[in-house]
Order: sequence, then C-alpha cells, then structure tokens
Amino acid sequence: MKRIIQLTINDKEYEVAVEPNQTLTDMLRYELGLTGTKKGCEVGDCGSCTVIMDGIPVNSCLVLAMQANGRKITTIEGLETEKGMHPIQKAFVEKGAIQCGFCTPGMILSSKSLLDKNPNPTEEEIRAGISGNLCRCTGYQKIVDAVKSVGK
Amino acid sequence: MLPNFSYVRPKSLDEAVRHLDSPENRIHAGGTDLLGCLRERVFGVAKIVSLSGIQELKGITETAEGGLRIGALATLREIAESPLIRSKYPVLAQGAAEAASPQLRNQGTLGGNLCQKPRCWYYRGDFHCLRKGGDLCYAMVGENAFHCILGGDACYIVHPSDTAPALVALGATVRITGAGGPRTVPVEEFFVPPTQDLTRETVLEHNEILTEILLPPPPQGLRSSYRKVRARRSWDFALAGVALALQFRGEEVAGGRVVLSGAAPIPWRSVEVEEVILGKRLDAETISAAAEAVVKNAEPLAQNDYKLPLFRAIVEEELSAIAKV
Repeated sequence: MKRIIQLTINDKEYEVAVEPNQTLTDMLRYELGLTGTKKGCEVGDCGSCTVIMDGIPVNSCLVLAMQANGRKITTIEGLETEKGMHPIQKAFVEKGAIQCGFCTPGMILSSKSLLDKNPNPTEEEIRAGISGNLCRCTGYQKIVDAVKSVGK
Repeated sequence: MLPNFSYVRPKSLDEAVRHLDSPENRIHAGGTDLLGCLRERVFGVAKIVSLSGIQELKGITETAEGGLRIGALATLREIAESPLIRSKYPVLAQGAAEAASPQLRNQGTLGGNLCQKPRCWYYRGDFHCLRKGGDLCYAMVGENAFHCILGGDACYIVHPSDTAPALVALGATVRITGAGGPRTVPVEEFFVPPTQDLTRETVLEHNEILTEILLPPPPQGLRSSYRKVRARRSWDFALAGVALALQFRGEEVAGGRVVLSGAAPIPWRSVEVEEVILGKRLDAETISAAAEAVVKNAEPLAQNDYKLPLFRAIVEEELSAIAKV
C-alpha cells in the first residue's frame, strides 16, 4: 500500500506517495524524473546511484524510499546553481574525466562529500573517497586529476 | 525489482519483537545486505521491520567498568571513525574501515555486519544448494576459489565479516532480545558452523533482535590489529585476513586470541597459532612456527590452495609488526 513521505531534495520540499518496496533510486527517477541518479547493479556494488543523504553519501538502490522520510537528499541535479556548474562538475569537464558518463553523477557526489570534509585531499585520500564508485571505462586517473584540481 | 512486502517502523524493541511473529518478517537495519538478498530472491519476505526508529539501538558509550557498549545500529563508519574504538580497540576500527565501500559503511551497521548472509555465489545465485534446503553443495566440486580452507563440512562458505573476527579476538559479547526476554552470548558462540547446523549462520532466532555489542575493558598490555588481503583494494571480501588481540607482558605474549577471516564458515579462532605464541617472545623462530601452524589443519579445495601461502605470510607479517609496537 502506498504511503506519503515528506523529504527535502536539493533544498526543495517534496511529498511523494511511495510503495514499501520502492527504492530511493526508483522514486527519484520514476516519481520525480530526477534521472541524473543512475541505476547500475542495484545491489550496492557500483555506486552509480550514489546520493548524499543527511550529509553522507549512500547507495540509493539500497535505501527504501520510506527510509528517506524526513531526510535531506542531494542529487546531481542539486549541484548546479544560477551561477552555472559546480566547480567539481567544471573540473570533470575540463580534465576529461567523463567518458561514457554513467558513473559521473555518483563520482561527483562522492567527491563533493570528500571535499566538503577535506578540501585538500591527497591522491590516496581521493582514491579512497571514490572507492565505492566504479568507472567501467576505467578512466580513474582523469577523475582523480579532476578532484585534485578542485582541491587546490 | 524487489518483491512485494509491507513496511513497519516500530518505536520500541517490544513492538519490533511483536512484528517478528513469522520467519518471513525480516529485520531491517542498514539494509545493505537485506535488500540485495531480497532482490536476488535468496529468501522470501512478507514484512520489513525497520529498526531505525528505536533510539536505544544507537550510539557508542563507555561502560562503568571501562569497556564499551555499541548499539547494534552503529554504522561501520561510526565504528571506523570512533576515537574511543580507534584508541582502545584498533582491531575493531580497522576491521570496520576495511569492510565494503564508503557508501556501504555509511549505511551498514555493526549488528547487520554480524548477521549478514554468506557471499557464496551458488548460495546467492539460482542454485538450490544445501544451505537453502537442497541436497548439493555446488562449491565442493564447482568454482571454489573464494571458499573455505578450514571448518568446511558439506558446505564450504567463508564468513564475509571483517568486524566479527575483531570482536571474537577481543572477547566481545552480544545482547539479544526476543519474545523470551534478553540473553547475552559471547560473539565466539554467536556463529554456527556447518558441522553444527547447515541451515543457519548464527544462533539468532527469527523473532530475536541483536541489540548491542559489549566489549570488555582492554586488558593490560593489549595490542591489536586487523589485516585483510583482497583481490581489489576496495569493496571486496577477504581472501585471507587475521585479527590479533594479544596481551603482552614485557616482550612476551601473555594471552590473547588470533582469529582468521576468509578462512572458514565462521570467524575462525586459530588455536594452533595461539598455542605456538603463548608465553613466547615474538622472535623470528616463534613467528616462523606460527606461520606454519596457521595452515596446519587446512584442507584446501581444488581452486583455493593459494590461500595457504597468503595466510602464512599475513601471520608472519602481522606478528612481526605487532611485536614492534
């Protein structure tokens, strides 16, 4: 049976009717049209569904929509402002850190979470920070370069 | 696609236990293992009982005796980052930090890490194996590179947890609440090997909830560490691992435990290594004897004898390192 949940997504309040077996990924994509959050493995292996929930990155495929009741979510759509792309997004474009692009939203949100906490990470800290996100184009070096360039 | 189920979020433990009146009603903590199992149809579900509304299951606090009480819902990230755990029980902080990926450590809980289901690909896949009530262990003659070398019997899973070996090494206990009231079980006795019962991984009944993990005060001279070897540097289970919690008197090992991950269907206490090092200084001779002892009783399967040199090497390296602390 559907139930109404209330949550904040990208600083906007939402009320959404969700099924108990609906994941946060599916709710974002199919109920709200926020398709920047990608659906990859759906078992927590790939990190392409990463969103930031109450300040920490989570795999939204392993969060039930009902669990998100009352929570604050940031998706990739929340990073761009009227001033344009977020500095991390710009760095990904400038450094060639995007190949097919499927991992990019998750990579950027994991990077954002790292940089918010640690504005000048070492290469090792960057690699650890994005270690829950797979890039099947294997373009990790440019992603690390991009995150490093924002840090400086 | 997840199967259909109803969802409840009780506010108290009593209420949660009342919802567990059928084995198809599943406890939901971090959900990182549960949702994967449900999606892969490893077991059925009628109702999800979320523990997230029960405040008493959260938090990490020091006990009056100088030990630690960890609520079952403490996340792996909280365990890995807790200054208390890092300073007093480094083996546990390291185990939590080595588990899974950053996202999964943000979501996954310590209680859930102890209650997670095996990662055997036959068990997780479309195989009606022994553990799922069938009559064949497919790993025994199939693809068994990631299976056990110790403690296997008819079923050859390895226990996937990185925190459980640390907790066994530290002599931790768990508190369990159910319809019959609370009980306390040493973590060492919490896990059920296939020799005892093939159809379960822990002593937990379907209507019981693991509520907290209790660590005794660190004994005098305690040094501890966790080492994990895996094929990838992140988000992978242990091929071989060792948790050490040793008490030193001067340079001599006066007591403690050595517990293996990636070796057996349960966190595996290596009594063989403990016997070699007890009462000894960790000199080259003792360390080399310990490295031989760790695999003395191993019975590798067709594809996993590579684990023998791995275990010998990590026991040697970790004992050498802890001797110098």
